[in-house]
Amino acid sequence: MTFDFSVIWRNLDFLLLQGFLGFGNFVGGTLRLAIPSIVLGFILGIFIGLGRLSSRVWLRVPATLYVEFFRGVPLVMVIFWIWFIIPILLKTKIPEFGVALTAFVIFEAAYLAEIVRAGVQSVPRGQVEAATAVGLSSAQTMRYVVLPQALKNMIPSLVTQFIVLFKDTSLASIIGFMDLTKAAQVVNNREIRPFELYLFIAVVYWMCTYSMSRYARSLEKRLGPA
Amino acid sequence: MNYRFDWAVLWTGQSGQWLLSGLITTLELSACAWLLAVVLGIVSGALRTMPFRPLRALATFYVEFFRNVPLLVWMFFWYFGVPPILPAAVQEWLFGHGLEFWAAVCALGVYSGARFSEVLRSGIQSIPRTQLEASVASGLSVAQAYRYVILPIALRLIIPPATSESLNLLKNSSVALTISVAELTFQTRQIETYTAKAIEALTAGTVIYLVLCVSLASVMAWVERRTAIPGLIVGGRRRA
Repeated sequence: MTFDFSVIWRNLDFLLLQGFLGFGNFVGGTLRLAIPSIVLGFILGIFIGLGRLSSRVWLRVPATLYVEFFRGVPLVMVIFWIWFIIPILLKTKIPEFGVALTAFVIFEAAYLAEIVRAGVQSVPRGQVEAATAVGLSSAQTMRYVVLPQALKNMIPSLVTQFIVLFKDTSLASIIGFMDLTKAAQVVNNREIRPFELYLFIAVVYWMCTYSMSRYARSLEKRLGPA
Repeated sequence: MNYRFDWAVLWTGQSGQWLLSGLITTLELSACAWLLAVVLGIVSGALRTMPFRPLRALATFYVEFFRNVPLLVWMFFWYFGVPPILPAAVQEWLFGHGLEFWAAVCALGVYSGARFSEVLRSGIQSIPRTQLEASVASGLSVAQAYRYVILPIALRLIIPPATSESLNLLKNSSVALTISVAELTFQTRQIETYTAKAIEALTAGTVIYLVLCVSLASVMAWVERRTAIPGLIVGGRRRA
């Protein structure tokens, strides 16, 4: 067995442009899936996280069930659920990108909700009391006093969660989404160089996640505990 | 939505048998990978505290590289990439003894080991150094201090994060379906393929995962309460 790392050089544009960024003939791209997923997942996560903290039972119970349910189920399972259930509900097929995006937003929202909850709880109670005393309504208190401070405390955890999500996007290749992992599979089917190719994409993933985790650590130091 | 529910597909034909064998494979895979992960986690965690720099660097490399790459990539790497570079005799043996299962054990175990290592390290680091100094000052040897003071506290401290990592490992074992290990998710898909009843099949798989996770978590919460040292913050759960 000899190694031939030139296979990577020969297929570099397909792996990186198509697989990683998503430019090319196929709908794909690791980043094209990861970035909208975290943004939309965070928006959904804010509502669910605030729901968990609500004093109204009809908000708190469903939000808690949502979080506990999705944290107890593998992501692969959620992807299959969306994949099978959307055609049944909508009576039409939607492309892999839509399936993967829906699955990631729904799944990650459960984890992001916990981050939002921890962030909101980290804001000292006195802030809420002071805001109420000044005459803000509870919605205004949340919008102008609590959330801005909570957001700052959440930033390091959000970056960490983005790293997790970034790695998880590789699972979209199971339903045929042309991300970096799928691109490596496609190239491997033609070249039969599994060791070189999978090691290469491991290094690409690693460079992205490792630099992000260093960034998260430096943010944590700079922002400090509030 | 004109979907006809037919829950009977879950107990007629071979479905029940498939689910059961899938559950057993999931548990076997998780147990083997868990053992490997714990051993690797302890070894690399210990190496990272050694006063010898190259060993520390090796352990740090292991942890940072393996936990920062998607598990799916590791599955493909161990299943497709590694066997061709092994000696012929080893390849022969592997092909006869469930290559995909052992590749999945390696992928899941090595990946989770890197994550366990972090859990152990932060557990040990969160014990103030003064505990060790106080033990030694009161006449214990360093080995005794570790045996009777540091480890009992550290082990209790890491129960919650180690439980959540173990549950992650259990859920991550579903990724092994991509290299055709016949575990629970794989069998769920198989039932769907044979009966065309996606919702029923997925519900069965999902419920089994939920029951596994919830029961494991509650057993570990019980262990945590039982072993808690009264008065120490390690006692965990504050009564609400």
